[in-house]
Amino acid sequence: MRLSASDLACRRGGRDVFAGVSFAVASGESLTIRGRNGAGKSSLLRIVVGLVRAAAGNLALEGGDPELTVAEQAHYLGHQDALKPSLSVAENLRFWSAFLGSRAADTCEPLAKVGLDTLADLPGAYLSAGQRRRLSIARLLAVKRPIWLLDEPTATLDAAAQARLGEIMQAHLAGGGIILAATHGALGLDAARELQLDQKSPSPLVGEGWGGGSSDGAQASTLAHDLATPTPNPSPQGGGEQKRA
Amino acid sequence: MTPLAAILLRDMRIAVRVGGGALMGVLFFLVVVTLVPFALGPDLALLTRIGPAILWLAALLASLLALDRLFAADHDDGSLDLILMGRAPLEVVVAVKGLAHWLTTGLPVIIAAPLIGLFLNLDAPAAAALVVTLLVGTPALTFIGMIGAAIAVTLRRGGLLLAVLVLPLTVPVLIFGVAAANAAVAGPVPFGTPFTILCALTLASLVVGPFAAAAALRQEME
Repeated sequence: MRLSASDLACRRGGRDVFAGVSFAVASGESLTIRGRNGAGKSSLLRIVVGLVRAAAGNLALEGGDPELTVAEQAHYLGHQDALKPSLSVAENLRFWSAFLGSRAADTCEPLAKVGLDTLADLPGAYLSAGQRRRLSIARLLAVKRPIWLLDEPTATLDAAAQARLGEIMQAHLAGGGIILAATHGALGLDAARELQLDQKSPSPLVGEGWGGGSSDGAQASTLAHDLATPTPNPSPQGGGEQKRA
Repeated sequence: MTPLAAILLRDMRIAVRVGGGALMGVLFFLVVVTLVPFALGPDLALLTRIGPAILWLAALLASLLALDRLFAADHDDGSLDLILMGRAPLEVVVAVKGLAHWLTTGLPVIIAAPLIGLFLNLDAPAAAALVVTLLVGTPALTFIGMIGAAIAVTLRRGGLLLAVLVLPLTVPVLIFGVAAANAAVAGPVPFGTPFTILCALTLASLVVGPFAAAAALRQEME
């Protein structure tokens, strides 16, 4: 199985977020998407699952189930945890596994893997942010899907839970899965490839940033035309090149 | 359990739990109808004449009360993203959510209607006619309302916009619902004439509602 994107461009609210992003991830590989705030990390993930339409470019999945779309073979872990406060931990998980099409409605094992098995009967309203996150991660374990799209998966997790998530992701990759993760921090994945979205935006307004200095603005607008990426790895094809970490 | 059964069960479960909309709708209905005799005074003939209209009006407002959360709750907590990604067609999911909403807010109102009708001096035939028209007409209110709920999904306080958008569209249902309930008791039109039109309105809304709401949701998520 191989998920590849070529020349993806994203346009949101009338401004160009990114353009010319290409990547390819095969079974057992992971891709970490990095970039400053507003670089389009979340938008890229949402484009892959079809929640946002790409302004240009295309996305292809080879070796998957031809009957299903990419979104139907993928798990999306967004900023929000998709949990209902009035349902218990187990009910929340049971609903998503039934909705996402898992035949086996066993919630004990996934909950145990994220350390929530003792809280199975607690209403979702009483969970902390980190516990809510872990419950969302349990959804990925309850229903088997090859592609995982994770948006800041470690944001609210403590050190132990981050390590646990690292193990879970390693196990998923070892089983032939694909992981795309947008993050600022470390994910604890060996040999994770990186996709840098930090190209200068074509819009000077965005390029200025909070510093707001006139020199910054001038720099942004001169760079706007050649779409150069920051110094470490300049590339003629523009933003969105990959490198081995 | 299939995805659709899961949605139906989840929505009904949320509605009957703390903070859900099931009890709110029927309580609002009872409060409004109870206040009417106090406002109008004990004129039994007048109450009998306007009873079906009051009950229909209260049922209409009660069904709108919890409708703004139909999709907004799922949108706010990110569930809608996963529903849109799902294998079940969005139109069918939306219809199932409408069904769950009707079962938890429409049905209790219909059950309460003949009891609270005593306050408005409704006799047994009038109460029976009212229950039949509500049973046929309230699904139309939910399925027309879901279009407004889908359009207002991204707005923080979409309740008022929803009412403004939806209430004009529910006017035909109200007219023919009340007309059928009145015709059964007082005449002169036979019951079947307005009732058939009410049935037609409901059938049309059952078809149009889910498609329009699903299209609005897809548009909103872009």
